[in-house]
Amino acid sequence: MSLVDRINGFARKVPTWPLYIIYLLPVPWLLYLAQTGGLGREPIKALEHELGEIALQLLILGLTITPLRRYLGINLIKFRRMLGLLAFTYVTLHLAVWVVLDMNLLWSQMWADVWKRPYITIGMAGFLALVPLAITSNNASVRKLGAAGWRNLHKLTYAAVLMGGIHYIWLVKGIQIEPLIYMAVIVILLALRLPKRKAPQRA
Amino acid sequence: MANRWTNTLKDNDVTPESAYLNRRQLMAGAAAGVGLAGIGGQAQAKESLEPNSWEDITQYNNFYEFGTGKTDPAANAHMLTTQPWTVRIDGMVDKPGDFAFEDIMKAMTIEERIYRLRCVEAWSMVVPWNGFELADMLNLAGVQSGAKYVAFETLLRPEEMPGTRYRVIDWPYVEGLRLDEAMHPLTIMATGIYGKDIPNQNGAPLRLVVPWKYGFKSIKSVVRVTLTDKEPPTSWNKTLPNEYKFYSNVNPNVDHPRWSQATERKIGGGLFSQRIPTLMFNGYEEEVAPLYEGMDLVKHF
Repeated sequence: MSLVDRINGFARKVPTWPLYIIYLLPVPWLLYLAQTGGLGREPIKALEHELGEIALQLLILGLTITPLRRYLGINLIKFRRMLGLLAFTYVTLHLAVWVVLDMNLLWSQMWADVWKRPYITIGMAGFLALVPLAITSNNASVRKLGAAGWRNLHKLTYAAVLMGGIHYIWLVKGIQIEPLIYMAVIVILLALRLPKRKAPQRA
Repeated sequence: MANRWTNTLKDNDVTPESAYLNRRQLMAGAAAGVGLAGIGGQAQAKESLEPNSWEDITQYNNFYEFGTGKTDPAANAHMLTTQPWTVRIDGMVDKPGDFAFEDIMKAMTIEERIYRLRCVEAWSMVVPWNGFELADMLNLAGVQSGAKYVAFETLLRPEEMPGTRYRVIDWPYVEGLRLDEAMHPLTIMATGIYGKDIPNQNGAPLRLVVPWKYGFKSIKSVVRVTLTDKEPPTSWNKTLPNEYKFYSNVNPNVDHPRWSQATERKIGGGLFSQRIPTLMFNGYEEEVAPLYEGMDLVKHF
């Protein structure tokens, strides 16, 4: 049996629900660290950044599913909805930390920031792009929208991931290497989808 | 000499560090209980003159010579040797020369100054400095009448400063003040914190403290002070000229191009630390506003 077959066989057997729990474990762990000094003297920013980074990683993992199947024949599609919903959960937590802990519900200052600070504008746009995707990440919505309609709607993911990557590049002081690495990975994963556009897609 | 300025909240001066910490913890508990009840304005600003802990002050630093992360200076600054140390005072002075740190200390009166420190990144601390007024050190060399500005320079010793291997800014770090700002009694050279020698990551063995300006103006580990009649170049202005100008006075009404300066968060309050309003001239408006009378502070930020 080839390695690919073995991976596919294993993936078929693994249930997704324990993975939700495993992937959510960083949340209580980070809160514990933040409370006990493990995130440094300024835990709010540290928590905000950690949650944002995990969200971006999950979005990127979601982008790997299609190229893995197309180029290597590895079928992990059953995990894609989970990755998307977890990514949305982390983006929401990231936003919630900003709104409640970082900005202390200072709505007028936040409103001004959303419009005046490009990195916040694009981050917020990325979040809004994910909202309809999270809402329609269930079988009923796939049936209601039809497979093609659902697929088209969920191409919004590409825009959301790009906005997340730009958000990260813009928020750091000066030019730093880590956000650029994330962006490079995003661009490569999106580029891997390009050639297929020319040929008619088979279901 | 010195003691020309005294803190209005003098009772803090005699409070030992442990008592500060206890009170701070009580306050943090109370703040968490109140939750998001809003911002108390001036009252809260006075409360915030509670000095930060030694750990806050010495483990959350910007000192790019030792790395750009907030914990890099505490991790790397032990490499710095501060003995012997001399400060060259030159330019428009009567007695230019190299002044040994020990000789400066002998001539100065050390006093405690509890100041707010407001970083341009919208966080703040309260630091119980020990030091002397810059004016007294400048008078050691005798300032000539034509001098209008003071230029400062930080040590540049790459073998002891790993951060200088990267050209984040054009080393050495330089800063400047107008002469009247430099001679103001609030402006000090700090040599200690909480009565101890100032740690390397905080700018040993002596660093400038200008409490009404953003923290980056308060240049660390000073090796040279030059009196001049021209506005001297300053490091962050050279690096990002549209974000940082010469004066860099704390001003809640003039935003940084990338973030608001209206509020700040005091370090050390944990996960539920509340933002507090940033005060004009960082709360020293009464003392320093006359220096800028008639100046457009939006243009000269």
